Amino acid sequence: MARYSVGDKVRVRAVFPPTPPTHVRTPHYIRGCVGTIERICGEFGNPEELAFGRRYGPRSTLYRVRFRQVDVWPDYDGPAADHVEIEIYEFWLEPVEGENAA
Amino acid sequence: MSGPSDTHDHGHHHDHHHDHDHMHPYDPDHHHPHREDQDDTMTYYKVMESAVRELLIEKGLITPEQVHRQIEHMDSRTPANGARIVARAWVDPDFKKRLIETPKEAIAEIGHDIGPMHLIVLENTPEVHNVVVCTLCSCYPRWILGLPPDWYKSRAYRSRVVREPRTVLREFGTEIADNREVLVHDSTADMRYFVLPMRPEGTEGMSEEDLAAMVGRDAMIGVVEAGAGGTGQLAAE
Repeated sequence: MARYSVGDKVRVRAVFPPTPPTHVRTPHYIRGCVGTIERICGEFGNPEELAFGRRYGPRSTLYRVRFRQVDVWPDYDGPAADHVEIEIYEFWLEPVEGENAA
Repeated sequence: MSGPSDTHDHGHHHDHHHDHDHMHPYDPDHHHPHREDQDDTMTYYKVMESAVRELLIEKGLITPEQVHRQIEHMDSRTPANGARIVARAWVDPDFKKRLIETPKEAIAEIGHDIGPMHLIVLENTPEVHNVVVCTLCSCYPRWILGLPPDWYKSRAYRSRVVREPRTVLREFGTEIADNREVLVHDSTADMRYFVLPMRPEGTEGMSEEDLAAMVGRDAMIGVVEAGAGGTGQLAAE
């Protein structure tokens, strides 16, 4: 079951495991940023396990998360309405206190 | 059997290219991405590819004919497939609706199987301009657009278009008004993205075939509008 719903505010975990030996598909630039769930993409294999041939571990819900560019880049040179949307697995997200109904 | 890059990128299903070592970043001063001939260099990944392929053939798991057929199949996928999809969406609003809601089924209607790809269709509107990047590697909707252009895989494009999209779009000759949102899609995981450009003005009454000819690869990545750069070339080339 998906932990988050469309419209929920989430923060991307600001952790930096060494790469390699881990294989992480959450870009550095988005870690620590707060965004909004844009859609739920479904359940997918965990790339951090698949990268090492471990194919049968638990699957993870994949979300698309929408961020304001001005929140991602403090010196963003463009209108405040510009956004970036990124796919992020659930275990990389944490709830933003007081923002979510659940 | 260990090598310096053994742990990098392997063993999963993303359709990456392993050519990181010999990419030439897109240079905005020269507008001419290129790569040198690699005919005489057996790189780490070339050796690995040959070794794995020969082992699979030797063990009877695949045949050389199957390898050849698959390469031919990959080469047969071109941006013309995507252009047909766009043109159909422009002339048939019901198709466009299905394309956005259930892309796999809609694309199957015009004879393309997108295979296991999870596709998201991004519609450009007067309010929003979409542009696609994979900042981590080179994820790309190969099932409908074929192989990605070299610049799409360059570190320069991947790092800059997410950071300063309007500047990069301008280098492609695409000026987006300040009151129109620029929406960057970072293709980091299991989804693939396809931009449905806006139909150019003055094309009323044109045939679907003529409309398709106006849609280049770059418009479906989102770095140009349809009708501009329709040949799929960088603006300055």
